This record gives sequence, structure tokens and C-alpha cells, in this order.
Amino acid sequence: MSRQPSRRTLPSASPMVATLLAVVLLAAGCGGGGGVATSSASAEKSGEVVLMTHDSFALPDTVMAAFRQETGLELRVLKSGDAGSMLNQAILTKDNPMADVIFGVDNTFLSRALDEDIFSVYVSGSLADVPDEFELDPEHRVTPVDYGDVCLNYDKEVIGTVDLPLPATLADLTRPEYKGLLVVQNPATSSPGLAFLLATIAEFGESGDYPWQQFWRDLMANDVLVVSGWEEAYYSEFSGGAGEGDRPLVVSYASSPPAEAIFAETPLTEASTGVVPAGAFRHIEFAAILKGARNPSGAEKLIDFMLSISFQEAIPESMFVFPVNQNAELPDTFTRFTTIPDNPVKMDYESIGHNRERWIREWTEIAIG
Amino acid sequence: MDRNRNRLTRLPVRRLALAVAPALFLGFFFVYPLVRILQASLAPSGCLDLAAVAEVFTRGSLRQVVWFTLWQATVSTILTVVVALPAAWVFARFKFPGRDLLRAGLTIPFVLPTVVVGAAFLALLGPSGPLGVDLRRTIWAILIAHVFYNYAVIVRTVGGLWAHLDPRLEEASRTLGAGRVRTFCEVTLPLLSPALAAASSMVFLFTATSFGVVLILGGLSYATIEVEIWRQTTSFLNLAVAGALAVVQLVLVGGILWLYSRYQERVTVQQPLRAAADTARRPQTWRERAIVGGVIVFTGVFLGGPLLLLVERSLRTVGGYGFDHYRTLLQGGGGALVLSPYEALQNSLLYSLAATVISLVIGLLAAGVIARGRDLLSRGFDVLLMLPLGTSAVTIGLGFLIALDRPIDIRTSPILIPLAHSLVAIPFVVRSSVPVLRAVREQLREAARVLGASPLRVWREVDLPLVTRSVMVAGGFAFAISLGEFGATALIARPDTTTVPVAIYRLLSQPGRGSFGQAMALATILMIVTALSIVLIERVRVGEAGEF
Amino acid sequence: MWERQASSDDAGLERKSRTVSGSAINGQGGDVLEIEDLVVVLGELQVLNGLNLEVDDGQMVAVLGPSGSGKSTLLRVVAGLLAPRSGRVLWDGRDLAGVPTHRRGFGLMFQDFALFPHKNVAANVAFGLRMAGEEPAAVKQKVDEALGWVGLDGYQERPVTALSGGEQQRVALARALAPSPRLLMLDEPLGALDRVLRDRLLPELRDLLRARGMTGLYVTHDHDEAFSVADRLALIRDGKVVQVGPPGEVWARPAGAWAARFMGISNIFSAEVRGGFARLPWGTVRVASQEVGQRTLVMRPQGIDLLPPDVDASGEGLSADDRALARVVTSTFRGGRYAVTVVLTDGSELEAEVETNRGPTQGDLFEVQVDPEQVIILNDYG
Repeated sequence: MSRQPSRRTLPSASPMVATLLAVVLLAAGCGGGGGVATSSASAEKSGEVVLMTHDSFALPDTVMAAFRQETGLELRVLKSGDAGSMLNQAILTKDNPMADVIFGVDNTFLSRALDEDIFSVYVSGSLADVPDEFELDPEHRVTPVDYGDVCLNYDKEVIGTVDLPLPATLADLTRPEYKGLLVVQNPATSSPGLAFLLATIAEFGESGDYPWQQFWRDLMANDVLVVSGWEEAYYSEFSGGAGEGDRPLVVSYASSPPAEAIFAETPLTEASTGVVPAGAFRHIEFAAILKGARNPSGAEKLIDFMLSISFQEAIPESMFVFPVNQNAELPDTFTRFTTIPDNPVKMDYESIGHNRERWIREWTEIAIG
Repeated sequence: MDRNRNRLTRLPVRRLALAVAPALFLGFFFVYPLVRILQASLAPSGCLDLAAVAEVFTRGSLRQVVWFTLWQATVSTILTVVVALPAAWVFARFKFPGRDLLRAGLTIPFVLPTVVVGAAFLALLGPSGPLGVDLRRTIWAILIAHVFYNYAVIVRTVGGLWAHLDPRLEEASRTLGAGRVRTFCEVTLPLLSPALAAASSMVFLFTATSFGVVLILGGLSYATIEVEIWRQTTSFLNLAVAGALAVVQLVLVGGILWLYSRYQERVTVQQPLRAAADTARRPQTWRERAIVGGVIVFTGVFLGGPLLLLVERSLRTVGGYGFDHYRTLLQGGGGALVLSPYEALQNSLLYSLAATVISLVIGLLAAGVIARGRDLLSRGFDVLLMLPLGTSAVTIGLGFLIALDRPIDIRTSPILIPLAHSLVAIPFVVRSSVPVLRAVREQLREAARVLGASPLRVWREVDLPLVTRSVMVAGGFAFAISLGEFGATALIARPDTTTVPVAIYRLLSQPGRGSFGQAMALATILMIVTALSIVLIERVRVGEAGEF
Repeated sequence: MWERQASSDDAGLERKSRTVSGSAINGQGGDVLEIEDLVVVLGELQVLNGLNLEVDDGQMVAVLGPSGSGKSTLLRVVAGLLAPRSGRVLWDGRDLAGVPTHRRGFGLMFQDFALFPHKNVAANVAFGLRMAGEEPAAVKQKVDEALGWVGLDGYQERPVTALSGGEQQRVALARALAPSPRLLMLDEPLGALDRVLRDRLLPELRDLLRARGMTGLYVTHDHDEAFSVADRLALIRDGKVVQVGPPGEVWARPAGAWAARFMGISNIFSAEVRGGFARLPWGTVRVASQEVGQRTLVMRPQGIDLLPPDVDASGEGLSADDRALARVVTSTFRGGRYAVTVVLTDGSELEAEVETNRGPTQGDLFEVQVDPEQVIILNDYG
């Protein structure tokens, strides 16, 4: 008994040894093929369906209760970090998935997710109510649930006034009157930051007289501020709404103005911020059944439920995204305080998957200068 | 009696037995997941692919990241030690009203989400801040924030030993003709060096793996290995490079720890420790009063400033100042989303308590193993225990997911959260107790044994009470670390239980003055709860009679 | 009551069998503690070097030796804190090799007391009783009792860090005595105290140990202390017992020059002994022995008198040439007596203790007279 620990601890005595050990283990894996064995078929718990999702997921208790009532299933939610972390987790555990359904993979990550072959095909009956434009995967491995537009928000006190009109196009942002007014997020660390970069790439293209790289050089010269995350951009640098900063233009969401109104200290009759319609990028969030799900029939019921009116009508005010079901009605605040950009940038998810790392690297070089 | 028999009794059987639990714990919850994730990222097809490791050293930007990580951590550590040492002395040697509460308050930065503290720093370091210069997104912002965060590590760890140093040694030095400075350099500093080395190695690890501070305050130009691993993982989904970076980080950190551990052995001496209550006194001369006052004011302004700013925001309303945000928050939040701050607090406290208990049990066993020898077992164990602090949270978090599904699948169990927290907290327990344990005179243990105490009893009656104070200081840290829920937990799949930091994040992700105000109110409540909890934890005494 | 008392029954059985094997070894009865051929090596250094010692029931054996002679090591081995390289420690004939320290039922009082700084006086004294599983009420009563023995009534609640050296010594003693150990070991119990305190505490300590009939080992480097407390005295040097016996005997007949010197006698000379006289380089003195041959003479300072040189002090059978003249080098008043060092004609020095009111002063010339009864003749040349 007393010998046991010596064997356990001494080999890891030094980091060098630990590293060596790791290398040996890796090398040992070379011979044997498959590596990890597939999970033992554990008894299907038909009473529970597990949803893996990102940290922004939120749902009122009433909706959760409705799901329980309609299906007789218990919904267990696993929060798994931001969208990127969540997808990583799903990929790493594909041999023995932790959940039945994953929700929150968006079109910027879709190509990677599909490449990894981690989803089962499912065609929900409720898809009839979803416009075709949201259905990106013809093989139906993923089901669209909501969408949200990343776009510029502006401080109504400064912009859209007589002195300073709204920028009509993204190119306007390089004009001197908008110098030092914009704050954006780093596309390498922030999801809206990436969306905005993609919007500019779609707008200006990779070749031609004025490619996106040139636009960004001009934007940098026009004193754009780049920060690492949305919270920082919105709360510390933006001047509108709850922001404490001095920049009246920020990359945020089309749903931010209604949120400003809803979460104001006293209900507002008019939002203090607005949405710039030009240059929006549309995120579409998908749900999918994970391969190897323990409760596939429950997973299907969950996907159906996510397209149902009760779920779809709840998500604007709980997650600040828009429903894909065209029969779902938007809450009053959303219709009153925001405009859904009518012509968001469209970009093929496969080309995003292909180029994102290169684009981000190129962007970083331009931004650091 | 033959020789072999005697040799056998010399084998550290007892130490090895003590080592079983910590070794199993670490093996199962750290080494194994780590090996598995590195395997998955560096050898996805089963064959080791060293191309990614080579890329780290050949691609200029990645080399830059490694270099930046090392030098900023070194500078941050030195700065923290220099800035915090006077406070360590004042808190150890002087009595003044509110001392315990203030010392507990030092840990508050640990529990607050980086976004929240980051916001305060951005406001204070901006052009309209008290410094009057714009330090945002400069290296200074990073360094200042690192000192801010780690101030408590130095004050509490070094101060912990300082409080026990026999002041007569310093007095002896003075009577031998050494001035204050000479005495400090030649007597105090060498006696303190075990704790100083312990604390600074932890500060080094914290700053070397700094994430949020670098991301928010450093802007575009600065990235640590930790930030880069996260970026490679979550935005590029490039596990190979992330894995290679994790290996580089592990080797660097391990090497530094190895050196530290050898140094620690060399500098630790057994010394007659005194009860902390005996060495502290009220400041007497005007000069002492000035120093003590100065240090308190500096600590208050430097640590309290950013925190007070958050409190101020929580009270700021449309029509001046008031408790509106608190009221809305406690009534369940102003948004469509009902959020129970009580439930969040309850969850947070429960997780933290569990993490504290786990870290204390495992950490004390491990400290016992380490302190009772100066051999390979001791040194190796020490390094191994510290490694989690220096390992990327992303790496460990993902490692959990692919490693902990058998024999029982605990990947999604709530127990994983306190386990992950305790990986980070155990080093604190070990670091605070080993120097004290090593300083405990062997004779006290022998006296207990002669008086009939079994080895376990000796541990309980002599070692434990003597280290209680230091250990409880560490326990307070463990609690705070867990309460702040940083590190690996953001990256493990966890049940949808709302903790306070989660609730703060959620409030902050909803734009709106009300949400912002409520987030600040919740942060303020978290600060108060933290300070009170730590004061309570530090009051815990093991054994009867007398404070030591 | 005592966890270890349960095993004393075993020891009792053992005792019967020991009389067969044990007495065959040492041929004596009544020894409870036997130490056989103990060898201890610490690092490179051989600290105990085949040490043998026996302690009878109820006997206090003083272990006297210079520092570094292995005294404390011996106690640590007996206590079980240190494993010997070879040799045995037996209690009632039973080998203690496998018995861990805490089951030996021995008491050890450390040189610097090793009081638990985190416990108050009562908690320190109570420690051993609690380990033995005594009821709280009994513990309290015995603590009070033990503190009474050492004269520290009412000190129960004091923190030990606030005690003076003498008080700490008493607490340490009470702590060691309280659980009624079957063997009490004291490691320089007065060594950490100043001379005055030591002189005051020594008789108290002796009386206490005697009154309680303690079996024990008393380690000291101070021969006065050893003579005062010991029933038997073991003189050790370089990890070996040099001489053992009742204190009076050891004092009267040191086993060798080293032993004599260690017990405070520095007057050691080589001499030619013949016909009741000893011829020394500086003179001839009378001895109470008829031996013949080259011998070593040990002269107690008390047996040396200094007479004025003008008085003819040469005794019967001595010529004037045999007179030993000496000049005073130092003279120290020791309350009623003078300790005088004189230099002899051949340059060697001699120490004398003279009872006089008027002390000799430096440079005075005397004639040395030696009391034959106070001269010890040794065969060894150490």
C-alpha cells in the first residue's frame, strides 16, 4: 500500500519528467489506431434531455415548464462557455457526448462544426414556418432557431442630429467627421468583432480598387478604437445608453436599443440609442442533435419545441435575438425601439470557415500597424 | 537487530501514506486530463505531430507572446513585492483598529469578475482619471492591475510568517550595531525568504497566466500565452497550436517552480516562532504612526479606489444617489429575466465552501508530505501541486471533458466546479503551510510522541494548531478564489446554476443603465460577503487554548 | 488508564521469561532497562559506539559526559525517536525495537523544554494524560497535582510563552511527570538555566525524583549535578560507557585520568611509586600505597595544602631536596576557601583549595603538602 504513491508521484517529480511522460504516452498511441473507444451504451434516460449551450442562453421558467408539460421530459441545461468554447467541447467529446442537443452554433462556426461530423440529420416538422434564407445546411444537420444582427449602434444625442447625420455606408466611417467616434471589438477575441470584420469584407471584397484591407487601414487612420470584448466597448467606451465612454458609435446588436429601453432604471418611452442600418452582419444560431445522443427522440422533441411559438416568442426578451419562426410575434419593445436592418450582409458560411483565420491574422497586422 | 530492519524503518512510509490522497487527487483531476488533452490536440490521429510545437518557436508572433509572458510576469512580480512589502510588515507587526477586516478586504479583487474590475480600471486610468494620464491599453495598465490583484498574496503570505518572527532577533541585530536597513537586509529578509519566495512564485504564476487583465487592459498589442491559447482554441479552433502553447507554458512554469522549490529548501530554517499576538503592538512613536498611517492610506486608496468606484456606480441613479439598483435587484431584477440574487449567493457560497474544504484537506496532507522531507518526493510533489496554477485554464477545462467520463461520467456533475477551483486553491494552502510547518521545531513533535501521541495525533495536536492561522489565511484565499469563479470553470460544461459572477455577467450582457447598476450592486454585495466570509474563516481555530 | 499499561501485563510475563535468558546475559537481577551494544551513526559520525548500560527499577542513573559524547543521542534511542544501527534496548527483557515512541510509556524532558507554544501551562501538562485517554476530570486533577509538585499552583491558565526560564523548566518537568512514565529521561534539565537558578532548583529536583521513586536516566555534563541526583552514575565518552557505579565510588576512584579530569581534577601527574612515596618531576610526595612502578597520580585540590616555605614541611623520610616549592599564579576567593593555582619548579601547574581567611596573593612562594589519603594512584597513563 505504501509503495503505491511513490510510483504515482515520483515519475511526475519534475516537469521534464512529466513532459517526457506525456511524449511517451503520445508516442505509444501511434501504433494503436482508433484511440478512444466509443462510449458504453448507457441506459437511455428517456425522462431527461440534455441541452448544451453557451453562457448567454437564458429562458424564462414558464417556458421551461411548458416544455416539461408538453413532452413529459426534464430539460437539463449545460452551460459551456462562449460559442467557440462550446463547439470545442462538443468536438472533443464527440465519442461520448455530454448532451443530446447543442444550441448556439452560428454561421461563423458552422463550417467547422459540419466538417467535424458531430451532428445527426433531423428535419423538424416546424421548419415549414421558417423562411428558407435561414436554412443554410441543405442536409438538415442543423436547424435554425434564431438570428441577430450585429450592427453599429449610435448615441442619439450625438449622431443623427443636424450636425452629424447617420453614416449611410460603411465607407462613410473613414470620413473626417467620424474621426475618433467609433469603437469596435477585436475579431480575434470577440464574436461581434468578428461579425463586423466579416461585414466589411463582404462589403469591400478581397480584391478590386478598394479592398477591405484598405478600408481598415483608413479606418485605423481615422482613429477607430479597438477593444477586446463587447462589455468593454459598450460600457466603458460607448457614450450612449449605459455607456460611460466618449465614443458615440459602437459595434453592437440590433437588439441593444430595445434592451436599453427595457433595462433602463425607469421605463423609457424612447430608446436613447439607435441602429445604423448599413453594414449589418446576420448571425444565425442553430440547434442540432449530437451524434451518439442518449435520448435521440427527446432531442427531436426539444428541437421541435425550440421552433414552437412559445419558445420563439420568449427568446427576444430573454436572449435578445430574433425568432426565425415567421409566425412568432415580436414583443412590443422590439417593434418600437429597433429597426431590423433590412439588407444585412450575406456571406457563405463555408467561405467564413475557410478564411476566418487568415482574415483575422491579416486584420491583426493592419490593426497593430 | 539486523541492519535491514533499521533501514526499513527509515523509508518514509508514513509520508508516502500521507501522499496517497493528494497524489490520487492530482493524478486523476490534473495529470490525467492534461495528458489526455495534450494527446488529443498534439496527436489527434494517434501520432505525435510536432509541427505545431515547431510553429510556436518559428512564428514570430508566437515567440513574441512567450517572451512577453515571461518578462511582464517577472516585472509584475517584482513590482508587487516592492509595493506590498511595507503593508505586509504593517499588518504583521502593528495593531490598529479594523486590521482584520482590512486584511480580509484585500482579497476582494480576487472574487470580482475581471470585466467589472476592468471597467473600474479603464475609468481610473483614462485621461479624466486621478492620474491625469491615459494609461489605457499600455503595459502600465497591465502592471498596475497585476499589483492590484496580487497585493493580497504578498501581504497575507509574507505577513503570515512575519507575524510569527521573533522580534528579539531583530532587536539583537540592532544592539549589535546594525541599522534598520542592515537589520532588514541581514536578519529579517533571510528569515522571511521562505514565505517571500512562496508568495512571489505564486504571483509569478498568476501574472504569467494572466488572462482578463491582459485582454481588457492591454488592448491589441499584448497577449500572454494564456490569452493566445484561448484565442487559438475558441476563435480559430486550432487545438494543435493551443496544445503546443500549453506544453511550452507547462515547461516554462514547471522549470521555474523547480528552481523555486530548490531555493525554498535552501532558505528555510527552523526558527523559534512566536505567537502573532505577541509580536504585534500598537504603533508608538510618531514615526511609526506615520508609517502605519501611510501604508493604510496607500492600501485604501490603491485597492479601495477601484472598488469604491464600483460601489459608487451601484448607487448612482437617474436622480442622484440611492439604493434603487439594490432594491430592483433584490426584488428579482428589472428585466424580463427573473434572477434571484439570493439563489446565486447561496450557490456561490456552497461551491466555495466545498472548494475550501477540499483544498484544505488535500493541501494539508500534501503540505505534510512536502514539509517532512527535503528529497525528490518533497520537491516533485511541490512542483506538481503548483502546476495547475501555471497551466492554462482552457487546457485543463477541455482536459476534464475528454478525461473524466469514466469510470463514472462526472463531466457534467456540479462537483466538478469545486474540484476545479480547488486545483487552483490547493497551492495556496500548501504554500502558506509548508514554511510554517518546516519552521516548527522537530522537538515539539518529539515531545508529543514521547508523551504518547501517535503520529496522527502529533499532526493534530502540534502541527495543525501551529499552522492553523496560516492555513486559515490560505483557506480564506481558497474561498475567495472559488467565489470569484475564474479559471477552468468557465470552460467546463456545467449545470445551469447561477452563481454570483454568472449573474453579474448576465446582467452586464444586457445593455441598459438598469442592468449595469444592478450588476454593480451585485458586485458590491459580493465584496461585502467576501470580506465577511474571510473574516469568519480566519477566526476558525483548531485545538484549544491560545492563539498562535 | 494508560494505553501502554495494557502492555505492561505482557511485560510482566516477559519479565518471567527474561530471568531465564536476560539474567543469563548480565547476571544481575532487577534491571528494567537494559541497553546493549548500542551503535548509532548520524551521517558520517559514529555517535554511539557500542554502549552498554542497565537501569534498575526505581533507580536514577546519571549519564555524565562532555558535550558531544552521545548523551542526548542515547536518550533519543531509548525514547524511540532514533533507530540505532545495531544494538538493543530492552524493557523488562523485551526488545523495544518495534515499539514506536508513543507506545513506550517513557517520559523525556528536553533540554530546552520543548513546551507547546500554542498551549497554556495546564494544556501542556495535560497533554500526556490526554494521549493516554484519561477522563477530563482525572486529567484536571492530575494536572493540578503535577503543578503542585513543581510549585506552580495557579499557573494553569498562563501562556507558556510568558513564563521565565525557571518556570518553563518546572512546567516541562510537570509535563514529563504527570502521566507517571515508567521511565523518566531528563536531558540536561537544568542546562538552560543560570547558575543561581540551577543551584536552587537542583535540590528540589532531586527531592522530587527521589520522593516519586522514579526510574530514570539523567543526562548532564555537570558532575556536581550528577553526583547530587544519581543513585548510580555512568560516565560516557565518545559514545561508550567509561565507568559506571555509585557516585561515591566513581568519585573516589575515577577509572582513568580522563575520568578524573572530567570530574574536575586537573592535578594529574606521572610518577615513580615505591615504598609509600611517589617521585614526581617537581618533588616527592607520600602516598597511601605500597605499590611499585610507574603510575599516574591524581591529586584532589582539597588534599593539597600550601605552607609557608620557611616551615620545614618535609615529612618523615623526605629530604629537603624533595621539597616541592611553588609560586602562586592565581588565587580566587570562593567563600571561606581559596582556589589557588601554583606553578611548580618544573613549570607544571597544580590546583589547590585552601581554607584560610587570608588568601595567598600572586607571586607568593609556598611549599606544597599533599594528603596521602587524597591521592589516587592509577595504572593508566591517559
